Amino acid sequence: MTGTFTLDGREIAFEPGQTVMQAALAAGVFVPHLCYHPEFRPHGSCKLCTMKINGRPATSCTMPAVAGMEVESDTAEINDKRRMLVQMLLVEGNHFCPSCEMSGNCKLQALGYTLGVMTPHFTHFFPDRPVDASHPEMLLDFNRCILCELCIRASAEVDKKNVFALSGRGMKKHLVVNAESGRLADTDFAATDKAAEVCPVGVILKKRRGFAVPIGKRTYDIKPINEQAERFKPVAPTVREKA
Amino acid sequence: MSFELETASHPENLRRVAIEPVSRVEGHGKVTLLLDDDNRVHQVRLHIVEFRGFERFIQGRPYWEVPVMVQRLCGICPVSHHLAASKALDMVLGARLTPTAEKVRRLMHYGQILQSHALHFFHLSSPDLLFGFGSNVASRNVVGVIAAAPETAKKGVLLRKYGQEVIRMTAGKRVHGTGSIPGGVNKSLAAEERESLRKDIYQMVAWSREAVQIIRSLFEKNLAEYNAFGRFEAQSMSLVRADGAMDLYHGGLRARDATGKLLFDHFDYGRYWDVIAEEVKPWSYMKFPFFKNQGPEHGWYRVGPLTRVANCDFIPTPLADRERQQFLAYDGGSAAGATLGYHWARMIEMLHAAESIKDLLNDDDVVGTDLAAPPGQRQERGVGVIEAPRGTLIHHYRVNENDEVIRANLIVSTTHNNQAMNEAIRQVARQYLDGHEVTEGLLNHIEVAIRAFDPCLSCATHALGRMPLEVAIVSRDGTPVDSLMRDARGVCTRA
Repeated sequence: MTGTFTLDGREIAFEPGQTVMQAALAAGVFVPHLCYHPEFRPHGSCKLCTMKINGRPATSCTMPAVAGMEVESDTAEINDKRRMLVQMLLVEGNHFCPSCEMSGNCKLQALGYTLGVMTPHFTHFFPDRPVDASHPEMLLDFNRCILCELCIRASAEVDKKNVFALSGRGMKKHLVVNAESGRLADTDFAATDKAAEVCPVGVILKKRRGFAVPIGKRTYDIKPINEQAERFKPVAPTVREKA
Repeated sequence: MSFELETASHPENLRRVAIEPVSRVEGHGKVTLLLDDDNRVHQVRLHIVEFRGFERFIQGRPYWEVPVMVQRLCGICPVSHHLAASKALDMVLGARLTPTAEKVRRLMHYGQILQSHALHFFHLSSPDLLFGFGSNVASRNVVGVIAAAPETAKKGVLLRKYGQEVIRMTAGKRVHGTGSIPGGVNKSLAAEERESLRKDIYQMVAWSREAVQIIRSLFEKNLAEYNAFGRFEAQSMSLVRADGAMDLYHGGLRARDATGKLLFDHFDYGRYWDVIAEEVKPWSYMKFPFFKNQGPEHGWYRVGPLTRVANCDFIPTPLADRERQQFLAYDGGSAAGATLGYHWARMIEMLHAAESIKDLLNDDDVVGTDLAAPPGQRQERGVGVIEAPRGTLIHHYRVNENDEVIRANLIVSTTHNNQAMNEAIRQVARQYLDGHEVTEGLLNHIEVAIRAFDPCLSCATHALGRMPLEVAIVSRDGTPVDSLMRDARGVCTRA
């Protein structure tokens, strides 16, 4: 189906098979997100892209675009909810931006700025999550994991290695390495894998590269994330469609 | 070990006076005095009551994170920690810096020295020096300086601002940047940045020269008081260049005894533990370092501007070296041994920093593109030593084969000066408080001595006049006898 829908009063055209979010991004409208990646099928887990579609909340990354929809996104009510989601993610892990090498390149931090996160609001969990530095080229800092599963999807669907998985349930859910020892060094993970480049925060890091880019030249120093919709434009075909 | 006035023989019969401001920078300092019924002083201690834990929580972190993380120790001289950590990790990587990397780091460091010394002298200490140690507390602050001497205050503010701009252009931010990385830097100066700094540097050199004259004239006006104030004999230590010149970024360790005789010279700081050890005392979180072969009782020493200016053979910039020679010769060398001589030496160093920035801005390497050196022979251990604004700063790390820090030891400038600061405040207590009724003005004399060393302690920052301060005198049975309260506006009231 092709046609148009309205997003915050603006008419947005869409292609057959596009979701609301894909159509919005294609039209240059930024949609807050963390678990979405243009090269992967929609996941719908982070909920940051939630919009009101014909008056009902729905994740825009999974909602197929339909002609005539009336969609609200950039409203105070919806952005309040998005800000709260980011605050919950910030307290759930250990996100110390001042000494994090992803600072300036981190989507969670960039969204925090864009959505006006001024305080954590909630009590920090301060979980105890050791770093896995066993791999010669890559470092895993689980402290910053937001459970978006992009690394799991990239490793399984593109690299065909299944290096990562989630373990535990509910509050105890956490990212693990698929090896008997649990160590990255005991997998066939490589720095050239797709999974090595998709982390939106600072969990999967190439070693000995931290802070090589000066302040002022990092991704979100140049422009705030909400002015960089073009970076997230859909690419066709998606991984699912290829499969 | 024990020192006179460190521990009273019968503390149970004495009343306790505590000077305990709440920190607004990164340090919590407290001074306690034990006095008898005749206000005779029996015990004086400078306590550092905070516990930071940086050495513990960087364990397990990747080494390249360390220069950015440890600089959060301080908001006034983070560049010093940033660079000392980077130097230690250069050693771990076996990296030899490119000329651009070393000069950009030096530029960052001299910017740091300039801004910190300007802050220390103009913002924090000049109210005491210009108005008197016991002057009206309501105007004994930087706002009072702006009202009484607006041109002087303006130059102080602009000197600091210039230093901060140097840091911003080399590190990316004025405070807590990321410019220095293990093995090099992540940026050099852009041509337009170099030009914007070069435009004002001659003015900064001129104002730094004036600043030296300000403290010199204060000494001339108050010679007897300044020479005697908190004066004590001490050993000294600082970095010097291979030719004996002052070098605030790199060199070997030189130490002298109280008479000026060399104890060791050009000592490789990569094995500092062969000459320095530390002692813990139960009443302070800050350790007490000492020269190992002399033991804790006799081996303590002081560091910082006074030590560096007196310890080197010459300063490698002409204007500062001329001032150094005049300082050392002044009144038969008396100022060079005075606690308040720290301020004079500090202004000479500020002039040296301004001259060094000027030289570096005229060096094309600071706009070079060869930023980082390739790694060489990897080592498990790295030590980085730098002369921070307030003295010798040692960072020591061990890094495992997985790139994780497994051990860290930091000996910061204030720690080296721990015993020296205690000596200074004991001397002031003997000179000014012993036998007198305690007043805010008299207690400020103690803080004036601390400020000569280190504005990072909370008690030193209250020169801004906004630090809440409560002094309580309690009798032997615990009943309150007297108390003085200074509120956040700097107004003192007696309860």
